[in-house]
Amino acid sequence: MSLLQVRDLKVHFPIKAGNLFTRQHGSVQAVDGVDLDVAAGTTFGLVGESGCGKSTLARAIMRLVEPTAGSVALDGQDLLGLSERRLRPMRRDFQMVFQDPMASLDPRQNVESLLTEPLRAHKIPGGPVEHARRIRELLEVVGLPATALERYPHEFSGGQRQRIGIARALVLSPKLIVADEPVSALDVSVQAQVINLLKELQERFSLTYLVIAHDLAVVRHISDTVAVMYLGSIIEQAPADQLYRSPTHPYTKALMGAVPVPDPAVEVGRNRILLQGDLPSPANPPAGCRFHTRCPWRQASRCAEERPALRTLTGGHQVACHYAEDIAAGRIQPSTTAAPRSTATVSQHEPAELLDSRRSPGGR
Amino acid sequence: MSVEEQVGAARPGDEVVKEARPTRGLRGEAMRRLLRNPMAIVGFVLILVFVAVAVFAPWIAPYSPKDNSWLSEVRPGVYPGPSAEHWLGIDPLGRDVFSRLVYGARQSLLIGVVSLAIGATVGVSIGLLAGAFGGWVDALVMRLVDIMLSVPGLLFAIAIAAMLGQSLTSVMIAIAVVNIPIFARLLRGEMLGQRAADYVLAARSLGISRAGIVFRHVLPNSFTPVIVQGTLTLALAIVEAAGLAFLGLSGSDPSAPEWGRMLTDAQVALTSAPQLALYPGLAIVLAALGFTLVGESLREALDPKLRR
Repeated sequence: MSLLQVRDLKVHFPIKAGNLFTRQHGSVQAVDGVDLDVAAGTTFGLVGESGCGKSTLARAIMRLVEPTAGSVALDGQDLLGLSERRLRPMRRDFQMVFQDPMASLDPRQNVESLLTEPLRAHKIPGGPVEHARRIRELLEVVGLPATALERYPHEFSGGQRQRIGIARALVLSPKLIVADEPVSALDVSVQAQVINLLKELQERFSLTYLVIAHDLAVVRHISDTVAVMYLGSIIEQAPADQLYRSPTHPYTKALMGAVPVPDPAVEVGRNRILLQGDLPSPANPPAGCRFHTRCPWRQASRCAEERPALRTLTGGHQVACHYAEDIAAGRIQPSTTAAPRSTATVSQHEPAELLDSRRSPGGR
Repeated sequence: MSVEEQVGAARPGDEVVKEARPTRGLRGEAMRRLLRNPMAIVGFVLILVFVAVAVFAPWIAPYSPKDNSWLSEVRPGVYPGPSAEHWLGIDPLGRDVFSRLVYGARQSLLIGVVSLAIGATVGVSIGLLAGAFGGWVDALVMRLVDIMLSVPGLLFAIAIAAMLGQSLTSVMIAIAVVNIPIFARLLRGEMLGQRAADYVLAARSLGISRAGIVFRHVLPNSFTPVIVQGTLTLALAIVEAAGLAFLGLSGSDPSAPEWGRMLTDAQVALTSAPQLALYPGLAIVLAALGFTLVGESLREALDPKLRR
């Protein structure tokens, strides 16, 4: 059985207006019906462009944002039905690594204090001596010297701070770690170190990961299963190798096509799919398939009317597209004039921008 | 360079923690920046002189501030100026101006500190309540604060002092009440901002209790502007105390040495001896300036937006 089980999870943020008498004008459907299963000891990678709802999904699973509907179960135990007070002792089992290690560490807490605090809050037995031993051991595990204990977050480099963030997530010996863009705020050279560290820790403590990223290379390297999110829902999910080898959903094809190939000969001749238009607003998502406004393979009527469910093709490859088989077999060809130029903001995007991996690391 | 090229080559612990520098908290860094600022040094010196004069007034002042033995030397239009015996001369009621000025510092400091203590304590408590609970508690508390803030400060203080009757206590309370909404609003706003910070989310995900988050994380990180405001408020309290005294709203004893009252007394002789108004005026300005300079440089030293 899977360790983490998410069913039809929805997070809708109400849009309110008025100061005294607030009225609700619809809602932003940040996460709209997500199912996912993460098996114990594996890594589940979740990719998607900025604003597709992947961070909100992570926070909803962590119960840092209240979901609107659906269920989240960890090891068979339902998490959404519990009150915050009842949930608190259970938080030991699922921990989070944040994107920006500087912002997620209290600037007035030194490393010793911030690592000891969760142990005290959960009344972990052993007292100060045992706690001190545990956090020293943890620091060594994440590759920091014991002298780091009395230092403050601002005295470390970005990579070291993320190591502290990881140590903090590990201090309660959780089963599941949700890592929301764990390396996107770091320099490329440091990213690899942190990813390697995460892999080592997984083996050592038999951890289960849910890793969220916009960087396809990062996710590919660490994940067993990868899911692609678009506008609040998962549109394709498959074992990592398979997804990268044969992307099936038109959006995934476009995503993969946006990754430059480090060989100029191939890069020049390569047939890339250029998506047009912007990500539609999650406050007013398109009817039918949410991707149909930008899809080069879009077919008349059905795509605009019927929302495709995630269905299994072969070998655990799941996709939410009515015409996945036809596209794969080449029976449907992409139209050159791709999406209808109906939206006001139609602009041709540079393919790299799709993945916003070139943008400033702070963006979320 | 892609991530994948790097993977495998790098090992954990590749970065080395810098060992040379002794560890230092954020407060330590701020203190270092503060002491490098000449504005702060001038402010500190002014405050130091002010506090020293207030504390050691009986030893510094040559005469009692209420002693009017020199009344015979004063005639309308003729006020003895500085002399070896009376450094700053004699006021229209025959008292030693220097002694009154020295004792006046004591009065100003007392009013400033006590009113700040009351105002800040009450204001911080209200702000904490609103900031910690949010929701309707916040809405209710903040509307009350808005009502208090809608009345101009000095006018508000005058109204309260007049209502409570002439006494030192009523002056202190009046000034304190004016400061309550300022502190409440400041702390509440800062706490609301901090509550959305990632480290608060992190603390929640670690299972830290709500009280633990508020008192160990949100409050300490929201307190900096309160300290700055406290320093600036001391300056304002001194000016307000002088204002109330000038209007005759301070103590019931008209001979008490107060800078504001000294200004009132000097009015009679403004044409013939303007220096009598100048001395207390200068004292008020310098004392207030000291606290303002320190407050402003504290703000600069502590403000995270100016950091790095």
